[in-house]
Amino acid sequence: MTGLLSQATATPPVDGPPALGPAVSRRRGSRRLRYALTVLVFLLPSAVPLTLFVLVPMVAAAGISLTEWNLLRPAEWVGFDNYVRLLTNPETAAIFWHTLYYILGYLPLVYVGGLLIALALNTALRGRTLFRGIYFLPVITSWIVVALVWRWLLNPSNGVVNTVLGFFGIDGPGWWTDPAWAMPSIILASAWKDIGFVMVILLAGLQAIDPELLDAARVDGAGPWRRFFSVTLPLLSPATFFVLVISLINGFQVFDQVYAMTGGGPGGATQVVVQQIYDLTFRYGRAGEASALSWMLFIVILAVTVIQIRGQRRWVNYG
Amino acid sequence: MAETTLTRPRPRTGPRTRWSARSIILHVVIALGALAMFFPFYWTLITSLSPGTGLSGTPSFYPANPSIDAYLRLFTDVPFARVVGNSLLLAVITTLAQLFTSATAAYVFSRLPFPGRGVVFGIYLATMMIPLQVLVVPLFAQLRTWGLVDTYFGAVLPTLAAAFGVFLLRQAMNQVPIQLDEAASLDGAGHFRIFWGVILPNIRPALATLAVFAFMGSWNSFLWPLVVLRSPEVQTLPVALAGLQGQYTTQWDIVMAGSVISILPMLALYLFAQKYIIQGVANTGLK
Repeated sequence: MTGLLSQATATPPVDGPPALGPAVSRRRGSRRLRYALTVLVFLLPSAVPLTLFVLVPMVAAAGISLTEWNLLRPAEWVGFDNYVRLLTNPETAAIFWHTLYYILGYLPLVYVGGLLIALALNTALRGRTLFRGIYFLPVITSWIVVALVWRWLLNPSNGVVNTVLGFFGIDGPGWWTDPAWAMPSIILASAWKDIGFVMVILLAGLQAIDPELLDAARVDGAGPWRRFFSVTLPLLSPATFFVLVISLINGFQVFDQVYAMTGGGPGGATQVVVQQIYDLTFRYGRAGEASALSWMLFIVILAVTVIQIRGQRRWVNYG
Repeated sequence: MAETTLTRPRPRTGPRTRWSARSIILHVVIALGALAMFFPFYWTLITSLSPGTGLSGTPSFYPANPSIDAYLRLFTDVPFARVVGNSLLLAVITTLAQLFTSATAAYVFSRLPFPGRGVVFGIYLATMMIPLQVLVVPLFAQLRTWGLVDTYFGAVLPTLAAAFGVFLLRQAMNQVPIQLDEAASLDGAGHFRIFWGVILPNIRPALATLAVFAFMGSWNSFLWPLVVLRSPEVQTLPVALAGLQGQYTTQWDIVMAGSVISILPMLALYLFAQKYIIQGVANTGLK
């Protein structure tokens, strides 16, 4: 992500404007016009949809967030009432806490798991390509299918997980029907889906590490643990940073799997921010409040991302 | 990245396996992990082939009397062929549109300088950070005033352009030597001919990567289709699947049959374009 942002400000090496040659200065104007037209023709196919369907709605959402509106009757201007209501409602804290709970459970699981798999697949292993393919398979599957399949696997009454646990004499929990286990169920399914994505990113990072650095550390007498913590992990920090930024952005936006696995239940135990935005808009007809909540979510994501980018200098090593 | 090319890595001649105890344990652990990763897919398939799997009955690890009954019922009880067709149509349109809009924009950001271009590119990239959730309410309202709710147009319009594609293709175009443009220019080619005849053929792998990602994104997308496509005839596969679950809470064989059908095209695409997908993911992390 930092890569992305720094790319944005740095102008890439390109050729200058088209050479005019010994053109007559009168023709210069028409040439410029043609060049400008060319730029426009190339840019408009993407600029029009991005403006109409991203930038304009983004601003419109800010406007809507200052109104009370059920999508049908004309909107009513209420100023910052929606924000005040959200900030004073303990339910808001709860849905942000549920979202954070999801992130705190999901992130260590996919990162450590993905790292272990990547390390294993980076050694001389028979069938590396096949293993990589299998671990990556859930990544291409839609969230809805993942949620449905896991809802079935974790079915409290006759799901395969509880059936297998039963063989060992363990009375499996109510998974997505028990408020205490519902979020862990969602975290489990999400980690299963995304672990392959994290693995590929970290594997690419591992393969970019110069083996001679590890050899040098070995010659200096560093054992495998020391080599891992002093050489591999620091050199992997850019990939780690990318995984963290992307996972946090995605984590705050968690929705599909919640919608399909629990719908925010049981008893609101898995009600996350986006599920609440959806419910507010399409179930309770409070589009103004939903827009206020979505802007709050955006500000949180932006703040977290900016803090990460600011903080990266302390630990990310671009070699 | 430049440093790694200065000191050449040792030539690798495929994985050489030493069958030490450690290596055997590693193989076993990785294989067990892979089994755990694969099991849910196996279970989906088994369930879809076991008729009448519902609330009662304990699951078995193989289909006792396999039948494709669930698949047939999917197509007779639900407008499932229609739903699959909808998903396919939207995915194809999204893919073609994103290839076109991303390639033309990338050409500007790689080859056509103008004052303020850096700022414009920055705005493009910033759109990647805007969560869809912020846009859902105003987009829905906007498309409703245009009478496009419950139409393919409504579903596809917001997906026509994506900054990710612009970024990906610009990276690829920056790798194409400028001398190729200059040579074509000397031959009298204008920007349209250079774009079509020189640049595009030279970034085919990046175009393939973008095509796969765009198709995958559209095929798997949920929130926007859920909001904008309300009637069963226009619904997409993920939305219909989520609905199926509510309708047939206890009929897991039918829900899993739908899931299998939804996975198959992606699986085919993956087997066909594995290199591009893995490379595409790896590249997004490295850049």
